[in-house]
Amino acid sequence: MPIELSDRVQTVPPSGIRRFFEIAEERDDVISLGVGEPDFATPWAARDAAIASLEAGKTSYTANRGKRELREKISDYVADRFELGYDPAEEIIATAGASEAVDLAFRALVDPGDTVAIAQPSYISYEPGVIFAGGEVLSVPTREADEFKLTAEGLEVAGAADADLLVLCYPNNPTGAIMSEAELEPIAEFAREHDLTVLSDEIYAELTYDGEHTSIATLEGMRERTIVFNGFSKAHAMTGLRLGYALGPSAAINAMNKIHQYTMLSAPTTAQHAAIAALDSCANDVVEMVDQYDRRRQFVLSRFREIGLDVFEAEGAFYCFPEVPEGWTAEEFAEDVLREQGVAVVPGDVFGAGGEGHLRVSYATGLGDLRKALNRIEAFVDEHV
Amino acid sequence: MSEREVLELLRENARYSTADIARMTDLEEDEVAAVIDDLEAAGVVRGYQAVVDWDELETERVRAEVELNVRLDRETGYDDIAERLARFPEVKALRLVSGDYDFDMEVEGDSIREVSQFISEQVAPVPEITQTVTHYVMTSYKEHGIEFGDGEDDDRLSFSP
Repeated sequence: MPIELSDRVQTVPPSGIRRFFEIAEERDDVISLGVGEPDFATPWAARDAAIASLEAGKTSYTANRGKRELREKISDYVADRFELGYDPAEEIIATAGASEAVDLAFRALVDPGDTVAIAQPSYISYEPGVIFAGGEVLSVPTREADEFKLTAEGLEVAGAADADLLVLCYPNNPTGAIMSEAELEPIAEFAREHDLTVLSDEIYAELTYDGEHTSIATLEGMRERTIVFNGFSKAHAMTGLRLGYALGPSAAINAMNKIHQYTMLSAPTTAQHAAIAALDSCANDVVEMVDQYDRRRQFVLSRFREIGLDVFEAEGAFYCFPEVPEGWTAEEFAEDVLREQGVAVVPGDVFGAGGEGHLRVSYATGLGDLRKALNRIEAFVDEHV
Repeated sequence: MSEREVLELLRENARYSTADIARMTDLEEDEVAAVIDDLEAAGVVRGYQAVVDWDELETERVRAEVELNVRLDRETGYDDIAERLARFPEVKALRLVSGDYDFDMEVEGDSIREVSQFISEQVAPVPEITQTVTHYVMTSYKEHGIEFGDGEDDDRLSFSP
């Protein structure tokens, strides 16, 4: 008798990009702009600290919430960088990547039948996370006309006034959109008015070009209803080390910690040592990487405009989100450009409502490859459009 | 400020076209060209050369780092000696340095014999030079900021969320 799978798992469709893996396998000259992680290696000081901790045999569990020293440093860091004030003892938890933190929040806050509004297009894990937690997803599409920023009107139209939670991710994966304090204010007002808890995924906060990142939790009356997610994967190029964290009011963080202590026990110890060093001594490495990303960003945006694809001025993360030419779906374009030119990009539909007709193009790739890839896309467009 | 930015990009890769540099900065292409012209005219940018890993070529290339000690007198200063040495095409780099010796000189030739002869016949006899110590380069790991290893493979998945 076959093992019977839960309905919950079966409801969630497999990832939309799986098919593209197989096509990419058929060529050996593929340049991938489909990657959602940095091309830089983790800054050496962080790697060195991880190695030193291993050599010293520091491989046991840590406190459930993460090493006290790490939480203190996170507290100082977010205060310094983003004007966020959180108590290391009660309001911060270190997790196995920000993804775990997001999952913990869903499981700690969502009751069966609760509605979670998700601003889309956005990171592909939110929707399954809500379903695994027994909640209902409400898609809130954002539009290119608004540069993929969430608006109060968009929330109203989607019916988010009746939702229980709101998930947003700015700087955004996949669009590269950011939201300023002035643009967040109406969202905060909407959340206060309709009593929404906000889950704000700010994993790309450091990758904000031309200006400073604002966390919605810093707006009036928002701290008590917001959980902020961040981590070391993107800005510190530590994806494989798996270390993220959540910041929030103690009741919520304690509830998340309850699940975390039964399921994960503690975030990877080696990664925690790397993260302490990352916060201690890698600020310059981050600046250097951000400078590189910014140059590539401007290069890629310029090239798409030259090629003749519409693209809005992405100002964060390491993605831009060009529109496919008329007569194409994103999926067709992505598949054909991969087969014919060996350039991998991700169709925007994968990221939910509002993503259709667009491509997620990652510039977490060296300039040499970016230049080649864009020449290939240009050849493809010249031939077919 | 645009000068620094253009300079930084040229130092990263001198073959970036003016168009590419314009794409990466807020400058227009003709502005980039003008900045480069200015940098060249002012003598800030002195040239553009390929960074070569000779180990990857069949032809032999011999390089040596030479430490030079000199004795100055009333008529002869460091600049005079440097000017004389810098004229030799075999001398690829020449720097006055602090520490145990005075000049740090890089010499290149087609064979050890050629380089040795150059040093013994052209450099050592210079009256102000009191001592030469020659170090032949055995392996180069990094030149001009570029590592000569096999490079690290990109082992990231071609698609990730």
